[in-house]
Amino acid sequence: MPPPSRQSASVGAVRRAFAPWADPDAKPLIRFENVTKRFGEAVAVDHLTLDIFEGEFFCLLGPSGCGKTTLMRMLAGFEFPTEGMITLAGQSLEGVPPYRRPVNMMFQSYALFPHMSVEKNIAFGLRQDGLPKSEISDRVGEMLRLVQLEKLAKRYPSQLSGGQRQRVALARALAKRPKVLLLDEPLGALDKKLREETQFELMDIQHELGMTFVVVTHDQEEAMTMADRIAVMDHGRIVQVATPGEIYEQPKTRFIAEFVGDVNILEGHVQGQESGLWHVKSPSAEMPLTIDDPDEVLHSGQAVAIAVRPEKMVVQREKPGPEAVNVLTGEVWDIGYLGDWTVYRIRLATGEILRVSCANISRFVESPIDWDEQVYVTFAPGAAVILAE
Amino acid sequence: MTRRLSIFNVTSLVMGFAFLYLPILLLVVYSFNASRLVTVWGGFSTQWYGALFRNQALMEAAWVTLRIALLSASIATVLGTLAALALTRYGRFPGRTLFTGMVYAPMVMPEVVTGLSLLLFFVAVDLDRGFWTITLAHTTLTMCFVTVVVQARLMTFDRSLEEAAMDLGAPPLRTFFSVTLPLIAPSIVAGFLLAFTLSLDDLVVASFNTGPGATTLPIKIYSQVRLGLSPEINAASTILIGLVTLGVILATLISKRSVLRSRRNAH
Amino acid sequence: MIERSFTKRLTSGLVPAVPYLWLGLFFLVPFLIVLKISLSDPAIAQPPYKPVFAWSDITGFLSALDLENFELLTQDDLYFRATLSSVRIAAISTILLLFVGFPIAYGMARAPERHRSLLVALVILPFWTSFLIRIYAWIAILKPEGLLTQALMGIGLISDPIEILNTEWAVYIGIVYAYLPFMVLPLYATLEKMDDTLLEAALDLGSTPWRSFWTITVPLAMPGIIAGSLLCFIPAVGEFVIPDLLGGSETLMIGRQLWSEFFSNRDWPLASAVAILLLIILVVPIVIYRDVEARRMEMRP
Repeated sequence: MPPPSRQSASVGAVRRAFAPWADPDAKPLIRFENVTKRFGEAVAVDHLTLDIFEGEFFCLLGPSGCGKTTLMRMLAGFEFPTEGMITLAGQSLEGVPPYRRPVNMMFQSYALFPHMSVEKNIAFGLRQDGLPKSEISDRVGEMLRLVQLEKLAKRYPSQLSGGQRQRVALARALAKRPKVLLLDEPLGALDKKLREETQFELMDIQHELGMTFVVVTHDQEEAMTMADRIAVMDHGRIVQVATPGEIYEQPKTRFIAEFVGDVNILEGHVQGQESGLWHVKSPSAEMPLTIDDPDEVLHSGQAVAIAVRPEKMVVQREKPGPEAVNVLTGEVWDIGYLGDWTVYRIRLATGEILRVSCANISRFVESPIDWDEQVYVTFAPGAAVILAE
Repeated sequence: MTRRLSIFNVTSLVMGFAFLYLPILLLVVYSFNASRLVTVWGGFSTQWYGALFRNQALMEAAWVTLRIALLSASIATVLGTLAALALTRYGRFPGRTLFTGMVYAPMVMPEVVTGLSLLLFFVAVDLDRGFWTITLAHTTLTMCFVTVVVQARLMTFDRSLEEAAMDLGAPPLRTFFSVTLPLIAPSIVAGFLLAFTLSLDDLVVASFNTGPGATTLPIKIYSQVRLGLSPEINAASTILIGLVTLGVILATLISKRSVLRSRRNAH
Repeated sequence: MIERSFTKRLTSGLVPAVPYLWLGLFFLVPFLIVLKISLSDPAIAQPPYKPVFAWSDITGFLSALDLENFELLTQDDLYFRATLSSVRIAAISTILLLFVGFPIAYGMARAPERHRSLLVALVILPFWTSFLIRIYAWIAILKPEGLLTQALMGIGLISDPIEILNTEWAVYIGIVYAYLPFMVLPLYATLEKMDDTLLEAALDLGSTPWRSFWTITVPLAMPGIIAGSLLCFIPAVGEFVIPDLLGGSETLMIGRQLWSEFFSNRDWPLASAVAILLLIILVVPIVIYRDVEARRMEMRP
């Protein structure tokens, strides 16, 4: 499904040179074909098909219980599909136990062996392969340098901080140079500041080693920052697979729009199309709304949802001129000052509450908007996405 | 959170521990009594310890008891650990309910019943009663306690450690020996010590299953006590209490170190 | 679906199979033999029961079985009285244990955290020393001219020696003393986990300390109370050593009865019947205990 050129040039703020998924001749490294996993009655993964390419930083994103962890555990070999097939580099993984797969995993709990030193933990996988001692110690040294833990080689996991343990777990999983590295909520146990630093470090390491990373996370910010592509999962199915920019700016469903970032949803009915722009009649606005979303195929009278991100709306005190499109009126219900942003909650006549965020580009504001003021909210036709209901 | 001890709390603790320890203390004190009468103080003496070591029958009983305890506790530790693994790691297997029942039943079964039923079994299969029958009986009785101790540890065991080992290329058996076993080892040792003490201590089951030449220390002590108090028994008890106290203090120190380590681990 | 060769399946199957077979042979089979012998007739020959084990003669074997021994148990009211008295002694001991054990467990739970593990160790320590020795220690204390009498006469509380040894009171003291750790530890486990702010909230809402104790502490400690009580009651019913050494000849307990049927009267079938009777008494408390424990296991994180 190659998106139209106009879109691919503009969706999101990142230009990508690496995009094997857009190349119809590229062979995937990992392929899930119609995979289903049931635990008794419960369906964890439901007829799922997915390709992951070599060198990708791939994120599985979804709420807890969506099946993302089961998907990863099937890749590691701890679970086996009830139906369907998983292939790695063209080879079926059916019946291959975890200890015979060229795939390593970094566990959410890190699962560091408490009775082994940092060194021994990292060497564990290499020792299983029966590598000569000198090679093992070389590789362990290399890994310790990579995660900057040379000084702590003799320590035990209990003597390390959370961030250090995370690095040991990463080094241990990388030591065998697996074809694919699986990371289960890799940053979940770190505090916010460390998490941000580590995100970029993980990206650097992945880039340096050219390895394929598959990350499971429930944190959309983490996925947005790190991933080449994100697969959003819900109820055992993949709802959308796309780059972070596409997921954010071109969500396919209301679930994705609401799960990734904040969004305002306006309900309405399609009136018609005019020079590529859709007109939608919504009870929230006096005049029909004008939306620039040419890919959608809609018919007149169809019920749709219009999704607009808070930062793509403008709030103003003055009434816009007659040429303005997409004007909503309401009163200020709440103001949240966050430093970099100010978030306004605007109550429309219909009772809906809109969330509008403004970047605070100046330190001084003359007569700022106040509580209970009558205001106008506008957005450009290109700021909104139409989601078929 | 501050918890404060009231006068009532302190009093009940002092009285409680006095109740627990005073009888043992008196027993120890009177083992150094010069008088033959156990309850009348006749001055300090260590003569009963000398008499004890010259008492051939008592020494022999102690040796038999020790051998039985070591052997039965060793077998019970292996069997009990296997049973704990079966209960925590094997999900549903045929006859699991019966198995669980058989594991827990000996713990709640009155000792007189266990002793009697094993004796009747040994008679039915025509096994001569003595050292081996007591060993077999003690193994059966104590393996269940080992199972409970090891099972408790396995239930809190972080399975992702085993998964990590397998993920890194260790097949199941190697995973067990390089990761699982070292981590559950303290509970296995604790299980062994429990089995050993129970065997050392048992009077009832041993009485039913004993035979010529296999008189254990509890059987010996019991028959002497029935005849009346003897300062020699006090001396023997004091030695046993001293050994056990020493062992428990050592074990506590060792486990305290591993607890500290795992506690640091948890943070 | 995990790839497994036949030999691997075999070795992993050994893990449950070995303890399973052991328990089947040394626990289940002996139990069935007791059941069988309890239904057979006594004989003078050695071993003193018939029919002797003969798998070949199943029909003859079955026809020889009867409930004669159990009839004897119902006819002779000695067994009835022994059963009642066992349950009564065990129940009274359990109540005494609760009264003695609760304040100790409560004090332990309120002690500063750094001292608690030492207190737990101190409660467990006597358990590791021989049961027989601990009971033996009480004989010297409770004897007519024993240490208790000496002490009480010394402070002038009594003028004549008191008779405690060889009475039911000595049995109560012995059971409470020997089983105290089994009562204190489960109680402590629940009391220690209890959130102190609950009591503060109750006091804040106007409840008196005494009322708070009964409306907050006791209900929350209930799992520990039930577990501790059953843990003491069940073995106390079948107790042999304590009534034998501390109790008088008139102290009837079923475990002691079994012992004397076996060792003194050499009536194995009757002893087996008494064993079955003892198990029947204990079935209900054991089943309750198992359910309580299962629930406690589930509650664990």
